[in-house]
Amino acid sequence: MLVLDHVGKTYPNGVKALQGFSARIKIGEIVAVIGGSGCGKSTLLRAIAGLDPATSGAITLDGETIKAPHEKIGIIFQEPRLLPWLSVADNVAFGLSDGTRAQRREGAAAALARVGLLDKASAWPRELSGGQAQRVAIARALVPRPEVLLLDEPFSALDAFTRADLQDHLLDLWADTRPTLVLVTHDVDEAVVLADRILVMKPRPGRLFEEVRVDLARPRDRAAPAFEAVKLQVLEALDRSLDREKRRPVEDLLTAGEGI
Amino acid sequence: MVMTLETSTAPSADTVAPVSRRAPRWAKPALGLIVPLVIGIGWEIAVARGWSNGRLVPPPSKIYEMLSQLAQSGELTRHVFVTTWRVAAGFGLGVVSGTLLGALCGYSVLARRLFDPTLQALRAIPSIAWVPLFILWLGIFEMSKVALIAIGVFFPIYLGVMGAVLSVDRKIVEVGRIFRLSGPAMIRRILLPAVLPSYVVSLRSGLGLGWMFVVAAELMGASEGLGYLLIDGQQLGKPAEILAAIIVFALLGKTTDWLIQLAFAPLLRWQDAFSSQGGKA
Repeated sequence: MLVLDHVGKTYPNGVKALQGFSARIKIGEIVAVIGGSGCGKSTLLRAIAGLDPATSGAITLDGETIKAPHEKIGIIFQEPRLLPWLSVADNVAFGLSDGTRAQRREGAAAALARVGLLDKASAWPRELSGGQAQRVAIARALVPRPEVLLLDEPFSALDAFTRADLQDHLLDLWADTRPTLVLVTHDVDEAVVLADRILVMKPRPGRLFEEVRVDLARPRDRAAPAFEAVKLQVLEALDRSLDREKRRPVEDLLTAGEGI
Repeated sequence: MVMTLETSTAPSADTVAPVSRRAPRWAKPALGLIVPLVIGIGWEIAVARGWSNGRLVPPPSKIYEMLSQLAQSGELTRHVFVTTWRVAAGFGLGVVSGTLLGALCGYSVLARRLFDPTLQALRAIPSIAWVPLFILWLGIFEMSKVALIAIGVFFPIYLGVMGAVLSVDRKIVEVGRIFRLSGPAMIRRILLPAVLPSYVVSLRSGLGLGWMFVVAAELMGASEGLGYLLIDGQQLGKPAEILAAIIVFALLGKTTDWLIQLAFAPLLRWQDAFSSQGGKA
């Protein structure tokens, strides 16, 4: 169980990025964190990852306090962050610290095969498309089999088709070992497609505003009325979190294909 | 109105088999020889026709003759060996100290605050100003010369390495942190590969300065070395000897620079740089 207990983050310049954020996330659950720009979504994720520890409250994983990067926690960033001097296979093997070199290469090859890029094993990162590079980053993050995988707007730089493809692919990979996924996104569609729960944040300082449950069977049909209903529920929560006026009727949204 | 679609019987650019205009492999380096060859041949003709007496600027044939004499007497080998040894020793010392201090000051804020102001102040001193002190401390022989070359090599390496470490992308370093790399592993697996392209540039700059400083070192009192040949040529009024020494300096400098590039080329194949596209925009 990943427990966030009144997590707060105040930067040295006095800016409060997060305040009293609490949530309990079960093993194998997929939770999306959504909110307006600057509401502390990425700060929260970096605190869970141990990259920028919280300045108040506590983050625990299975009872262990997280203050620094932890072997059970992996992260996928907005950009792939592949190491340009390593081949694709070596980038994936970078995530493996145990075993012999041959075992690591074998593990990397299996992970690459799982994301459909085994034929690119010896390629340089510069030779990959954006979608392929992000697949390699997913393989690298998953190869050590983390208990919790954090995703910081991982598909936001990709085109709509590749994004939808990778969202489906991520769910396939998640089904293999069922790690806990904590996804930060500004894309309501993405949150509803992937998550069991959506945590809506309110800005200045960032805090939990509302929680929306997504009780839809997977795979989820983006055109289904139930999907649209959950989406509207999230959009309305977002509007309230940003103190905006009431949202337009759902029919308008369907035609506009609106995000936030 | 009837619209017609005109078709041409002439083959389009797409359908014509491309004529191979690729230059042979040797052609690109050979291009660089054109200017010196034209100047050399032009000067040879000018002297041969009596347009100039070639006394102060001897023609290539005289320089070649001088080089042959020096080579046959074994002097050229001795001078080249001595100068190359001095550069190698000074370059080695400069590289090791510059790399270690540069890496330390780049990696550690404390070390940077401690050492960098002093080193920057020392850098501002013209290196030649050290000569009297080095002679007093280390004597007139090899050590003072090697020390002067090492000083010349040290600063570009130190600055290059420190700057490169400081400019390593934070996002890449975070990848290492996420996978919980230890300090040494972070240096070996992230920082060193990341700074390698800048490091090679620093090594090449340092080596160039090493060749410059060996001349200064040998001018200040040497009985052998290419710098000695320069002084000897000046004192005995033999411009061909001076030009022969200069040409050997140029060849040695270019060769050693090429060796550095050659040594590091396999480690830099990953670079996605303008130069890897052949310099084409």
